[in-house]
Amino acid sequence: MIRLINICWSAGEFGLRNVNLDVPDGKYAVLMGRTGSGKSSVLEIVCGLRRADSGRVVIDNVDVSMLPPAERGIGYVPQDGALFPTMTVSEQIGFALKLRRRPLQEVNERVRQLAEQLGLIHLLERKPEALSGGERQRVSLARALAAKPRVLLLDEPLSAVDEETRDEIAGLLKRVQREFGLTALHITHSRTEARQLADMMFRIDDGVVRSEGGAAT
Amino acid sequence: MFNLRFADVQMALGSLPLKGLKTRGFHSMSAITRINRTAGSPFSPFWFGVSAVTFCYLAFIVALIAATATYSEPGDLLRSLNKREIQYSILLSLLTCSVTAVLSLLIAAPAGYLLARARFPGKALVESALDIPIVLPPMVIGLCLLIFFQTRMGGWIEHVIPFTYTVYGVVLAQLVIGAAFAIRTMRGTFENLSSRPEDVAMTLGCSRGQAVLLVTVPAAWRGMLAAMSVAWARSMGEFGPILVFAGATRMKTEVLPTTVWLELSVGNLQEAVAVSLLMVLFAMIVLVAVRRAGEKI
Repeated sequence: MIRLINICWSAGEFGLRNVNLDVPDGKYAVLMGRTGSGKSSVLEIVCGLRRADSGRVVIDNVDVSMLPPAERGIGYVPQDGALFPTMTVSEQIGFALKLRRRPLQEVNERVRQLAEQLGLIHLLERKPEALSGGERQRVSLARALAAKPRVLLLDEPLSAVDEETRDEIAGLLKRVQREFGLTALHITHSRTEARQLADMMFRIDDGVVRSEGGAAT
Repeated sequence: MFNLRFADVQMALGSLPLKGLKTRGFHSMSAITRINRTAGSPFSPFWFGVSAVTFCYLAFIVALIAATATYSEPGDLLRSLNKREIQYSILLSLLTCSVTAVLSLLIAAPAGYLLARARFPGKALVESALDIPIVLPPMVIGLCLLIFFQTRMGGWIEHVIPFTYTVYGVVLAQLVIGAAFAIRTMRGTFENLSSRPEDVAMTLGCSRGQAVLLVTVPAAWRGMLAAMSVAWARSMGEFGPILVFAGATRMKTEVLPTTVWLELSVGNLQEAVAVSLLMVLFAMIVLVAVRRAGEKI
């Protein structure tokens, strides 16, 4: 479950005003908004990469507002994948588990399992510069899932992917979210993408979030 | 736009009568004559003008080095470099410059990261202040160092490490300027690396420090090499601050620029030329290293 309660945040003249948002367990929520509407800021506040001026962020009934990103139990997939430039695909996927000092065998097993599920087996020894846009996003997704988060946060994951791959990745996101039982918050400016994926939709305009349909949430 | 202009300059140069120059020994220009003229950039007086200015300057630099290089016979040059004092100076220069390059990186990496990533009140002021060693006259830096170590705080430091008129002083004088250049390089490096992978690393379990060390630092190795090379090269040519702060004692604080000055001052042009050519060689090596490292920064 992801819950934002009265989140306020400002940067100069721009800001988020009393943002309330509730995504129940196992739902795929899409937050839509134009470029500069503040949707990425909302996601970064949920991640803990940006601290709200006031309000609370609750994930799985735990108030994580004051916790660093590392302790929020989230998986984050940014726009262009943001892969680690010097690591192979295998190292990227195993990164979170190695940080947690899990046994090497467990790390390797998890890497192989995720690589199989996301069709990355043949790419394990490649570095990011040798991957296509779609492959990068699949690696980024596998990396985010490695430590078994309960919540998946996706920042325009399809925008850097070509038209032909977009449907494939969208299908993969939905399948992964269901199979892993994740609560997902996906931000995008594309209505088509939102319709394709969303169990529930929100819209953000000028720092105010509403559920699609017009009622303030 | 900038890249296009550079390509245009190359194309414009292709239409200059450089082949005659090539036959007179301008081997470095031979690549220019092979430029593809079919790319469509027309010859124009403008490009002819800017190319002419560039090449006059370049030709002058080449002529300077060529004149120095051909001043003495190679055998005489090697004999000069065999002098005990000069060998000491070569070794001390190599040692101090290498230590300075490493120390400069240790300062430049965090400072460059701070300037590239953080926003804080007074940042513009801090940026300008960090450029002070670059814009100050070198002699003034030497004088500032000398005076600082006469103060009470400087005296305490000297009790632990004696800097004034010592080899440590040579390194410190080099470091003050070398680090400032290295900071500029590291700042550029970090600005060119996206901060997103660091953010992701933090969501995967890293602290900020771990994210930087595990993700950003490995990606910045070319920049770090370039920063060290720049600091090394600057230190190799450092003269004024070392002369004022560390002195010019033979077999003690004498580095290569000091040698050139000492040899010139007693009329040994031969030795001065030999040492200068050695410094030109070092500078060329560093230039190539920086260019190669900088390609993907």
